[in-house]
Amino acid sequence: MKYVIAVIQPDRLEAVMQLLEEKEIHLVTVSNVMGRGRQKGIAAVYRSVKEAGSLLKKIKLEIAVNDEFVPAVKDAIVQGARSGDGHIGDGKIFVLDLEDCMRIRTGETGAEAIG
Amino acid sequence: MKPRILPLFTLIVALVWLMAPSVPAQDAVNAAADAVSAPAIDTGDTAWILASAGLVLLMTPGLAFFYGGLVRRKNMLSVLMQCFMAMCLVTIQWVVIGYSLSFGPDIKGLIGNLDWAFLKGVGPEPSDVYATTVPHTAFMAFQLKFAIITPALIIGAFAERFKFSAFCIFTLLWTTLVYDPVAHWVWGGGFMGADGALDFAGGTVVHINAGMAALAAALVVGKRVGSTYPPHSLPLAILGAGMLWFGWFGFNAGSALGANGLAANAIVTTHVATAVAGATWAFCDWIWHKKPTTLGMITGAVAGLVAITPACGFVSPINAIWIGLGSAVICFISVTFVKVKFGYDDTLDAFGVHGVGGIWGAIATGLWASTAVNPAGRDGLFYGNPEQFMIQVKATLITMVYAFVMSWILLKVTGLLTGGLRVTEQEERIGLDLTQHKETAYATID
Repeated sequence: MKYVIAVIQPDRLEAVMQLLEEKEIHLVTVSNVMGRGRQKGIAAVYRSVKEAGSLLKKIKLEIAVNDEFVPAVKDAIVQGARSGDGHIGDGKIFVLDLEDCMRIRTGETGAEAIG
Repeated sequence: MKPRILPLFTLIVALVWLMAPSVPAQDAVNAAADAVSAPAIDTGDTAWILASAGLVLLMTPGLAFFYGGLVRRKNMLSVLMQCFMAMCLVTIQWVVIGYSLSFGPDIKGLIGNLDWAFLKGVGPEPSDVYATTVPHTAFMAFQLKFAIITPALIIGAFAERFKFSAFCIFTLLWTTLVYDPVAHWVWGGGFMGADGALDFAGGTVVHINAGMAALAAALVVGKRVGSTYPPHSLPLAILGAGMLWFGWFGFNAGSALGANGLAANAIVTTHVATAVAGATWAFCDWIWHKKPTTLGMITGAVAGLVAITPACGFVSPINAIWIGLGSAVICFISVTFVKVKFGYDDTLDAFGVHGVGGIWGAIATGLWASTAVNPAGRDGLFYGNPEQFMIQVKATLITMVYAFVMSWILLKVTGLLTGGLRVTEQEERIGLDLTQHKETAYATID
């Protein structure tokens, strides 16, 4: 089992969700997050005071899947989130080993419980 | 439990005591019935003053949202509550003694006496002295709204770190010992009005006064914990600024105390100066910070409103352009450079906008005032009367010194009564909403 975390541009969420749906991956948790990568964000200025922490809005996706679905998840995210115009800031995908998983309703664990 | 019961007991005793002298109101009604030969009431003037009283009241909730949007989420309610509580506390103070101290029969040009305490003799018939075509109560109610917003303006200087108890005590002391005397000097038959200082709607009484108190507060209270304080909701601040602009028509044009050409002139000058100042600040941002900001635009608009306040009934709409332009540029400089240079933490620029804008407005009145606009006014420097300019400067300086020194003293006194003006550092980090009011403005988890 793997735990996939992706940080993407907010306007790309819809495309990614659609592609995941097409690949029959339904389990996903989405959150609004702030972050910055190499593009360093844009510092806000309020009444001439420049804010120190320059962060931009991002979307974080978290998807737990069985190993064989990992390539499909990566494909869907890359295809949906890549802007293709060569600018930095499209985001990243992280894949982690997942130790266990339990469905609260039934008590099933492991590979059974995912998806 | 004893310390908690004591204030409650005091409050009940005070209420009972206050209820006792409710007879004068009855007298006033009887007097009105008798007074057939009282000065004539003009219904148009009365309607406009009553409407203006409502408009000016709306400025305080407007200010609450203007300020509230600019603080962090954890302090939103504290600012809203302080503004709203100013409406409650100052109203009580005003009907008990404030109106009489400000506008009651004069004592040596310095303060009103207590003849009109508890609104004694302030009834539906017009006053002999003030707004002689409208009911005296209408004038009193209109002036009350000015007394409310003035201490509310000071909140901007000490926001995000001031104890609520200290706020309540300071507001009552300040209204009684600073606002009321200065209102008397300028409008209530005191020495400044007698000197010929022009202040149509309260540039000196409201803005310089509150602005200097704000500077004193920022210095006495000290800086906030932390280094970055981004506004939590600019849309709310913009809504508040819009309410201020709208309510200010009552503030300025209502100060004509009649539904007449002077009121119309005041509405137009107010509007023009505000529009020019809002655009000017946005352009200053555009030049200096590469982008025009919404916060800059609304701050400029408020600076324009402040600056035109003393001048609105004495200058022409075209000269209002210069007053608006000057206010935005001068306040922009004060907020961008002066505050940084001196390092005081005027949270929401109550001094930088109201103090500095008010000073500019009072002096600008001495430049562009014209008797062609208002025969009851005077000519300014640009209309061949340099003496008026000096009178304006003198009135400004006296108000600045008095407001600053008295505010400083009253802050120190308040601090002694409340065991310090500031919340603890831990409370400040958690936020005033939770630590001062046991509430939060926004639920994060349903």
